[in-house]
Amino acid sequence: MRLNLRQGHRVRVIPMTYEKRFDGRAFDEMRPIEAKAGIIKRAHGSGWFKIGNTEAYAAVYGPREMFPRFMQNPKKGVLRVHYNMMPFSSAGDRVRPGPSRRSKEISHVTQKALLPVVDLGEFSNAVVDVFIELPQTDAGTRCAGICAASIALADAGIPMKDMVCAISAGRVDDKMLVDLNYEEDSHENGVDIPIAMLHNSKKISLIQMDGELSSDDLKKAVEMVKKACDEIFEVQKQALKKKFEIGN
Amino acid sequence: MGEIQVKDKEVVVPGETLATGMDFLPSYGTYREGDKILASRLGLVTIEGKVIKLVPLSGVYHPKRGDTIIGHVTEILLSGWRIDTNSAYSAVLNMKDATSEFIARGADLTKYFEIGDCMMVKIINVTSQNLVDLTMKGPGLRKLRGGRILSVNANKVPRIIGKQGSMVSMIKQYTNCRILVGQNGIVWIQGEDPAQELLAVQTIKKIEREAHIPGLTDNIKGFLEKNRGPNAPQPQARPQSEGDTNDL
Repeated sequence: MRLNLRQGHRVRVIPMTYEKRFDGRAFDEMRPIEAKAGIIKRAHGSGWFKIGNTEAYAAVYGPREMFPRFMQNPKKGVLRVHYNMMPFSSAGDRVRPGPSRRSKEISHVTQKALLPVVDLGEFSNAVVDVFIELPQTDAGTRCAGICAASIALADAGIPMKDMVCAISAGRVDDKMLVDLNYEEDSHENGVDIPIAMLHNSKKISLIQMDGELSSDDLKKAVEMVKKACDEIFEVQKQALKKKFEIGN
Repeated sequence: MGEIQVKDKEVVVPGETLATGMDFLPSYGTYREGDKILASRLGLVTIEGKVIKLVPLSGVYHPKRGDTIIGHVTEILLSGWRIDTNSAYSAVLNMKDATSEFIARGADLTKYFEIGDCMMVKIINVTSQNLVDLTMKGPGLRKLRGGRILSVNANKVPRIIGKQGSMVSMIKQYTNCRILVGQNGIVWIQGEDPAQELLAVQTIKKIEREAHIPGLTDNIKGFLEKNRGPNAPQPQARPQSEGDTNDL
């Protein structure tokens, strides 16, 4: 509301509250989700997860021999995650290829988000590689990446006690909402909270926050994510089952 | 009272509830959480009385003592050969387990096996650190000359072999190929006619794809009948030659 009041006009200030979402969704409604399993034939497991305009591919290789050797862990297997946004993926401003500060951080938090469910106890000295590629992005990439990686890990037959579902929640002005798109994510008065949750226990394996939020609102955000995660799990489950359907 | 939540022979995903109540026992691929039994990997549910277990559908081969596998030489060591096992762990074939011939100190080991040579070997030991020892002393264990190598999902090997080797001997009959199947998912095929070899490859690929679909044997038989060339020899029970058995 940058208004020039020095000109002496009497200006009626229209309250610009966020009454309705830019794309017409309900506040607790996610963008349409699609998922598939086993789309990358030469990988041991793979997953594809699309939420609105955000699209993530994940491929899992391994357990396989780990190089460099000094990174091996003789007690249990290592999970190595590589997150990458493709150069053309965002809204026209080219993402420089290769590892950046941001992608390194997201690779790291994604690994931490997936680690509580995978059991690599019997894969000493070996590595499970997870590659996440984003050909098209519209906010919520780390969450889409985690959902895709979860499908891919299950498809690769890695022992997992649960699936990981991830979605962002947040605030725009005074409204709490789930699954922010880029417009909402970059709103000047807003908060974005990506959350990853284990499906059964509803334990949180990733939570990050960009902005400021009251503790009540944070609780509200977590509740919204809980509800959304059940829907995401259903999509992930169907994607994996469909791969093994007769005639597929 | 306890209740099963899934159908027998259904594909389930990690974290899916298989049964509630204390009436059932969790076996391989499942775990108990409170009064529920959940899946801990992707697999096919098998209910045997009170025991619920999963048959894995995917996953990389993990070396197991007593398995007969097909590997290839990757390195010449001081007293043996390093063998790739199509898993996260390479294996060592010590020269005393490789041949009963006398090998003089400092002899050139490439006279026996060169890098790249394929061989049928048996795993004699897997240590807690996943160091694998192999032997070539045993029926059917030998170096493989000629033929072609095919790699399949190691979890589908029991289906390719069939009950008492019924499936593999059916393919042998129809294609007149010599076929060896390693537990690690490496298949060796040698036939007189490339077209016949190709049919064997296609058949094995088909089994790999359709292993979890009921009526596999009839489907494969139909496929072999249909694709057998007009001039191909009639299926005949070939006398089993030495080293041609697959009594795994």
